[in-house]
Amino acid sequence: MKIGIYPGCSLEGSARDYNQSVFALAKAFDIEPVQIPDWNCCGATAAHNLNKELSLALPARILALAEKHGLDEIVVPCAACYSRLMVTQHELKIHPELKNRICEVIEMDYKGTSKVINVIEWIDKYIIPKLEEKVKKPFNYKVACYYGCLLVRPNKVLNYDRVEDPQTMDVVMNKIGATSLDFAFKTECCGAGLSISRTDIVSKLSGKIIEDAEHRGADAIIVACPMCHSNLDMRRADINKYWKTEFKIPVIFVTQAIGLAIGLTPEEVGFKRHFVEVKIS
Amino acid sequence: MSHSDHHIERNSLAAKVEKEVEVKAQKCYQCGKCSAGCPVAEDMDFPPSMVLRMLQTEIPANDEKILKSHSIWLCVTCEMCLTRCPMEIDIPSMMDYLRQKSRSESKENPKAKNIIAFHKSFLSSIKHTGRLYELGLILDYKRQSLNMTQDMSLGPKMLSRGKLHIFPEKIKDMAHMARIFKKTSK
Ligand code: SF4
Ligand code: SF4
Repeated sequence: MKIGIYPGCSLEGSARDYNQSVFALAKAFDIEPVQIPDWNCCGATAAHNLNKELSLALPARILALAEKHGLDEIVVPCAACYSRLMVTQHELKIHPELKNRICEVIEMDYKGTSKVINVIEWIDKYIIPKLEEKVKKPFNYKVACYYGCLLVRPNKVLNYDRVEDPQTMDVVMNKIGATSLDFAFKTECCGAGLSISRTDIVSKLSGKIIEDAEHRGADAIIVACPMCHSNLDMRRADINKYWKTEFKIPVIFVTQAIGLAIGLTPEEVGFKRHFVEVKIS
Repeated sequence: MSHSDHHIERNSLAAKVEKEVEVKAQKCYQCGKCSAGCPVAEDMDFPPSMVLRMLQTEIPANDEKILKSHSIWLCVTCEMCLTRCPMEIDIPSMMDYLRQKSRSESKENPKAKNIIAFHKSFLSSIKHTGRLYELGLILDYKRQSLNMTQDMSLGPKMLSRGKLHIFPEKIKDMAHMARIFKKTSK
């Protein structure tokens, strides 16, 4: 079957590992992800910080292109892009005048008819039903599922999972044989877009998340957001310097873990691209 | 006087926030939950609940302090405050508005220089390619923030892991992107 996909910029760059595992998983389950033709950046944090209209116009162009090409369901693996697209859909739905203005800006029709889903919803809907027959190598590890901010918030708009102690990712991980641990930092912020401009704050916040996961005896932190991944993985040297620690716990995308469970190799799911070595295979 | 008949000064920042982003600062009863859950509160000059309290006073000097604060730029839009606020006050949307107001009045806090430089570099990258060109972003940010030595070791490591493009990947309809930027620039 076919499904629309909005990879977003990080999946093409710093989160190539995530991209690789999403597409490998899709292939293994006979899903053909169709990229929204000529998609642009969603504007991320920068756009809504500096220019509200632009922050709605950029996602609106993406959604309008999806509609134009008949993609009525789009999976958005990046939690940050997912949040921007959902917030835009919501804003344009409740403010018709704003919608008209944005349509004028993007010179396109926009109806808001394409359904946007996050990676866990995609897994739930298309992977889980066929999972049991495919699991070859149960993922026998203790994991701390880290949801971060934008997969669950703003909850009134996303309407997804419980906001303080979400469970969806834990359920998926347990289904592939993992033991998901209770974890206090499930939805605490990693420092998000301050990675380059305020690395000190990111090191402080991300360090607390990692510390709790290690303290509880987790073998890996499981994530579904490229920004969370880059802060916890790529920034590990900064974190260890900040806290004078030697945290070694790997940070794995949920799609990589499922990939391993169904028999894909560490290479195929992109572990070689990580900064923190992953000894799990 | 009840909250509903509270007279709002038409020119106060609170009135503008109410008009532009439909956030009623007067609804805040200072429980402090927003500040307790805010990941960057301890780095801020005024935590979110205090920004609300200052807005409520509708005193021009306080409005000025807010627009010149470091806080509004440190907010990472994690949405924790909104989730926990018993009055459902949309602080993240309010912060977006305050940042843009601060910029249009040239009141940006000097300590936020790098954060703002990063956002600007990010937008300029999208403006020129339609998608984020991470290497270009990093170089432009270094130029704008004069932080030449920061993250020197990260670049090569990203390259060797295939995480950084040497050349930007442009979208096809760049003219469309240019028009969107033009129409939304104030
Ligand atoms: S959580 Fe809401 S009511 Fe409580 S202090 Fe913050 S803004 Fe005010
Ligand atoms: S959205 Fe901003 S103000 Fe609210 S909790 Fe997050 S960082 Fe703090």
